[in-house]
Amino acid sequence: MGKQLHRVLPVVAVVLLAAGAYLGLFWAPPDREMGDVQRIMYVHVPAVWMALLALTLNFCCSVTYLFKPSWKTDAMAEASAEVGLLFGTVGVLLGSIWGRPTWGVYWTWDPRITTAAIMLVAYVGYLALRRFVEDPEKRAVWSAVVGIIAAVDVPIVWFSVRWWRSLHQVQSSPKTVDPLMVLPLRVSAFAFLALMIVFISRRYLIALADRNAEVALPEALPTDDPATRGNSGTPKVVA
Amino acid sequence: MRKDLLIEWRTRARLNALVFFAMATLLLFSFALGPDTRLLERNAGGYLWLAILFASVLSLGESFRVEAENACLDGVRLAPADARAIFLSKALGNTALLVVLGIVLVPVMVALFGVKIVLGLGDLGLTLMLGCLALSAPGTVYSAIASNARARDVLLPLLLFPLIVPSLLAAAKATTLVLQGDPMHQLGSWFGLLSGFNLIYWGLGFLLFPKVIED
Repeated sequence: MGKQLHRVLPVVAVVLLAAGAYLGLFWAPPDREMGDVQRIMYVHVPAVWMALLALTLNFCCSVTYLFKPSWKTDAMAEASAEVGLLFGTVGVLLGSIWGRPTWGVYWTWDPRITTAAIMLVAYVGYLALRRFVEDPEKRAVWSAVVGIIAAVDVPIVWFSVRWWRSLHQVQSSPKTVDPLMVLPLRVSAFAFLALMIVFISRRYLIALADRNAEVALPEALPTDDPATRGNSGTPKVVA
Repeated sequence: MRKDLLIEWRTRARLNALVFFAMATLLLFSFALGPDTRLLERNAGGYLWLAILFASVLSLGESFRVEAENACLDGVRLAPADARAIFLSKALGNTALLVVLGIVLVPVMVALFGVKIVLGLGDLGLTLMLGCLALSAPGTVYSAIASNARARDVLLPLLLFPLIVPSLLAAAKATTLVLQGDPMHQLGSWFGLLSGFNLIYWGLGFLLFPKVIED
């Protein structure tokens, strides 16, 4: 079942992406005010949705890890943070491309954009932490803590358009867009969802394999800390 | 906490260095932006908080380096105290240090940028207090983590800066209002934001810190 899903889901994702692109580019009508520029919504909005979804998954994994440590949860946390960051970056880039013709600028200090940027930088820090800690157990605990703290920003990003009414419009959803635009948006959203599941599950398997390799031979791994190299008998000196 | 303050007092060099570092930062702002006093005056609150923020990264980094030397953290952990108590004392110690720093910096800022404190010292003190509390809680958790990682000097700001953007914004805005008067009565809402931020991060730090330092 799992193996088949692995083979089928990428195909589904690609087919849905193509269908979404066709529907968004040729089938849906141009927006009354924005014209063809609005068509970017069909990829921008799903990308941001998936980013928030993936980061929420990261938060769940982080909390779960602290209560019940397991390499699987840790690997899933790593995978979801990385994929979430990827989709978030894509979403912000697309939004900025859209902003230029619509708002006249690529970037503005609108609360939505600002909080989204903060969120992305926070998760860059999270992933940096993962690279900088060698001990897999400590890395897992610490990144879970950082994941929980960073997750405070995720709901703020989502609600920012409601709390501070400003440039960025309220979330696009089937309720706020024209019925003719709902279908391409939905198809695109499912395409991105499938794509995200493919990415996360692949990345998860890699992360899990990494973890298992690390845990299997903790001593045999070369260390780049000169203090411990060669004289493993003496305690590590931390300057 | 007494121990931290004691160390602080005995190694006053560190506090001095911090104060001069922060003052140099303030000076640099005025050099970088040129002698436009109106501009400096208008943005004084922001500069003050940036100086405190940069100094806080140094002081937070130091605060766990003391423990990492000679494996003191193990000693602290073995002591019959709750890990949460360690968090509270560390974070409060850091807050106190930053507040002292802020108190020293304010006259310098007044002199350098030619600002007037319109709303009085009470509001300014409250702003300093809330802002420094907001920097210290997440800062303490992150510095405990970063002090044991590779590249810790890069890691701490990388983790901390995005997180404290809202509190930095609120503190800088509140300071600006204190300095220039508050005709629209907005000060309260910025204080509210700072308090909410403090509540969230002191709570999270209190809950999560034991996990950070346990072996």
